[in-house]
Amino acid sequence: MMKRLLSAAAALVLAGSIAGVAHAADKLKVGFIYLGPIGDLGWTYQHELGRQALVKELGDKIETTYLENVPEGPDSERAIEQLVRAGNKLIFTTSFGYMDPTLKVAKKYPNVHFEHSTGYKRDKNMSTYSGRWYQGRYIQGQIAAKMSKAGVLGYIGSFPIPEVISGINATMLGAQSVNPNIKVKIIWVNTWFDPGKEADAAKALLDQGADIIMQHTDSPAAMQVAAERGKLAFGQDSEMIKFGPKAQLTSILDTWGPYYIARVKAELDGTWKSEDTWGGLDSKMFEMAPYTNMPDDVKKMAEETQAAITAGKLHPFKCPVVGQDGKEVECKGGANLADGQILGMNFYVKGVDDKLPGK
Amino acid sequence: MQLVLEKRAERSRTIALISPLIAIGLTLVTMSVLFAVLGKNPITALGVYFIAPLTDSYSLQEIAVKATPLVMIAIGLSLCYLANAWNIGAEGQFLIGAVAGSWIAVKTQGTEAGHWVLPAMLVAGAVAGALYALIPALCRVKFGASEILTSLMLVYVADLILDYLVRGPWRDPAGFNFPTTAEFDPVATVPVLIEGGRLHLGSIIALVVVACAFVLLDRTIKGFEIRVVGVAPRAARFGGFNSNQLVLLTFAVSGALAGLAGIIEVAGPIGHLQPGISPGYGFTAIIVAFLGRLNPVGILIAGLFLALTFIGGEQAQITMKIPLDVTKVFQGILLFYVLACDSLILYRFKLVFASRQVQSGAG
Amino acid sequence: MVLVEAIILSVLAASTPLLLAATGELVTERAGVLNLGVEGMMIVGAACGFGAAWLSGSIIVGALCGIIAGMLLSLIFAFMTLGLAVNQVATGLALTILGIGLSGLIGARFVGERITTAPHLYIPGLSDIPLVGRILFGEDAFVYLSLALIVAVWWFLYRTRAGLVLRACGDNHVSAHALGYPVLRIRMLAVLFGGGCAGLAGAYLPLAYTPFFIPGMTAGRGWIALALVVFASWRPGRLVIGAYLFGAVTILQLHAQGAGVGIPSQFMSALPYLATVIVLVLLSRARTGGSTAPAALGTVFVPDR
Repeated sequence: MMKRLLSAAAALVLAGSIAGVAHAADKLKVGFIYLGPIGDLGWTYQHELGRQALVKELGDKIETTYLENVPEGPDSERAIEQLVRAGNKLIFTTSFGYMDPTLKVAKKYPNVHFEHSTGYKRDKNMSTYSGRWYQGRYIQGQIAAKMSKAGVLGYIGSFPIPEVISGINATMLGAQSVNPNIKVKIIWVNTWFDPGKEADAAKALLDQGADIIMQHTDSPAAMQVAAERGKLAFGQDSEMIKFGPKAQLTSILDTWGPYYIARVKAELDGTWKSEDTWGGLDSKMFEMAPYTNMPDDVKKMAEETQAAITAGKLHPFKCPVVGQDGKEVECKGGANLADGQILGMNFYVKGVDDKLPGK
Repeated sequence: MQLVLEKRAERSRTIALISPLIAIGLTLVTMSVLFAVLGKNPITALGVYFIAPLTDSYSLQEIAVKATPLVMIAIGLSLCYLANAWNIGAEGQFLIGAVAGSWIAVKTQGTEAGHWVLPAMLVAGAVAGALYALIPALCRVKFGASEILTSLMLVYVADLILDYLVRGPWRDPAGFNFPTTAEFDPVATVPVLIEGGRLHLGSIIALVVVACAFVLLDRTIKGFEIRVVGVAPRAARFGGFNSNQLVLLTFAVSGALAGLAGIIEVAGPIGHLQPGISPGYGFTAIIVAFLGRLNPVGILIAGLFLALTFIGGEQAQITMKIPLDVTKVFQGILLFYVLACDSLILYRFKLVFASRQVQSGAG
Repeated sequence: MVLVEAIILSVLAASTPLLLAATGELVTERAGVLNLGVEGMMIVGAACGFGAAWLSGSIIVGALCGIIAGMLLSLIFAFMTLGLAVNQVATGLALTILGIGLSGLIGARFVGERITTAPHLYIPGLSDIPLVGRILFGEDAFVYLSLALIVAVWWFLYRTRAGLVLRACGDNHVSAHALGYPVLRIRMLAVLFGGGCAGLAGAYLPLAYTPFFIPGMTAGRGWIALALVVFASWRPGRLVIGAYLFGAVTILQLHAQGAGVGIPSQFMSALPYLATVIVLVLLSRARTGGSTAPAALGTVFVPDR
């Protein structure tokens, strides 16, 4: 009985997969690898929204698949390869830790195209893409300095990687442009995702006198704490106004949709090639959520700064940038810090009263 | 009505053989219902989970790769559990082994170091894992502190040590400060067995470990001691066996195996040290040890079987868009059925239609 | 002083889920059953509790559903380990896997929704007393409930006959059975109590801490609760101290960082765990005759007939 059942099942699977191939022959298969659950309300959720936008736009020409909750360890290489073997021709791997596994699989399958988010290793068939979120952080720094009565910002850091550090620095440079004496308190929670701990960190920062909460962790917990205490906060990755209607000043929204659509269109046209995309406000790689809970003059300032950055007239890391030790940082990019210096940022700017972990 | 267990005079050999089949049968039925509720074709879904991964060499290799650390760790744990020593911190020993072995890889990076590097790394991983496991073992033997809890606490500590090292001192200098060491040199990498695949030397080592454990338990005095101490501590004392010494020994061996698994995983499929090198291998291996009934061959089969459900779960996500959570539920249910059916080996289940008073009086 | 008060308030809230879950597990273990599935029961409690609160608009309904969900899950555990005499460690771990999966399935439809968290109490006059007012009378009700519960458990274990019987089951099930006590029935009730507490502890997170549900939001608190029971050497009084100590270390570590104390954050994060190991060793050492664990903890009992 068991045997018959199994063979029947095998036949069905086989039939199913053949049917699948025939059906998909005219459609491009696009795969996604997600770090978290699609319901994390943060990083993975935004990528999932990007995928949904893609399906909405090109749904008749493509078929998408995703694997969620793929840990950045030994399992990720297999997960990527599984997508390749399932016939996906363009695969987006959406977390830094997938860099080496993506590269390994890319070398093995030269005819499949890969797109890796937030990494720096590329190949003929492997692109990278990321956002210049520090631009948004600069705007947030300005808003924070205007809105803070205490002159103390609270910053919840996940891990001291360059993306987070450049975010802190851009925030401070923006804030100092408004109030040179602004202070920031930083708490590293060593996790991207632990709502309880993020809430605790936000409470600690508020208790220590900060009156604006900024975060580089993924859940809306900190926003909700600020809302509860009648303080202000910035969202992260996604729209969090629902969790702090009276607290959210703005939020950096990762909008991956346009990029995903553009890359898939290129793939469909046969014009896809390996690129390094580091998109800013100008390319709509991310957007600022509506400026809320602030007076009109602050809103105006924020909009002007946003426009200036978008137009390329203002660069958050305009030289001279002075480091924590009071020395000027070598300016490798002419008028501004070079992209490489921002991508590998490993120092605090002057005015950050914290010691960089691991240094 | 009440369910009552009656101890069998001896282990039932027949049931030992058929109980996994009953369990799988029950799981198939339960999951079919769940799939139907979710609006998926149950037969296709079960085929994707159980059969599709067995139909091509790529998936078979991946099953072996996934099972390798699970089997290795579980073998060590089974020795502990047989000797009544409750090591549940294999995850930490795995991480510390990976850290210690990586230390050699990092320090020899870019030097002329020859082929001694990989063997040295494996030894370092095993030794470090053993030493780390000896901490809870010594706490129990010397102070009587529960090893279950101390070994579990040390998992978190190991995790944070690894985290500190890759974000600080061992960070790849050319890696834009991202938390990972540089890719290991070829002499510090576990070789793959089949060109283009991921099956690596570690799988062979795991098989050797299984064979050694089998010989140890079945053919040596030490193995006999371990089993006696676990089953009949009093008798063991009369027999002059030193149970404290056995706690230390089994902990050391299981720590060494976990550490070895850790460094093999890092020097093999991953290729560098980074946070999150283990998707919970140390904990999953506990389940593997019990699924395999603490028997080396059983553990080998259980490890491969659990690996199959992981691979199948991914394929189900891809081909049928079945959420990962369903795979977790599926694994949980499967484990329950297997464990429940194994109970049949030792006991007979009986439904008794008697009132409570009579029963407790009859006790 | 204001800062001290604020820190104490945060510590109370952060410790509450740990205390609730650990209280349940303490009773379970005192009856001789080791249920490692606390994390699984908690996360299912969180998913069900949030879902129910969101649908009904009532925190109380949410809390009750969290309790029921935890109990249902622990019922599976009880059936396996007590009914079928299956190994408790393996069953507990399997329960955690099942719980994580179930919570994801249950919670999927509630992701992105928010509720209003349990209100903080306010008793005019009392809550306004300087320094202690808000601490004693101004937290959410769960905080005080968890304390009342542990007092009740202490009273039950040490001052009632039923508690004595329960402890007897945990220390020597053969004798307890010989005396005519229904060991398995008592243990099942203890397991159910543990499940209910874990479910409530899980529900506390979305109902009172952060007003939304996200898969995996318990983030390992179930495991910490398990550690606390041992840390407390199975005594209710020490459990309270342990839970608040753990909460305090967690919160103070965040405060130390905010104040700019330059110690690697990983070291700070590791402190609570190291402290548990050290306390465990010291406690065990201070006592002759080794461990103070219930003697029959984790062992299978099948009554002879």
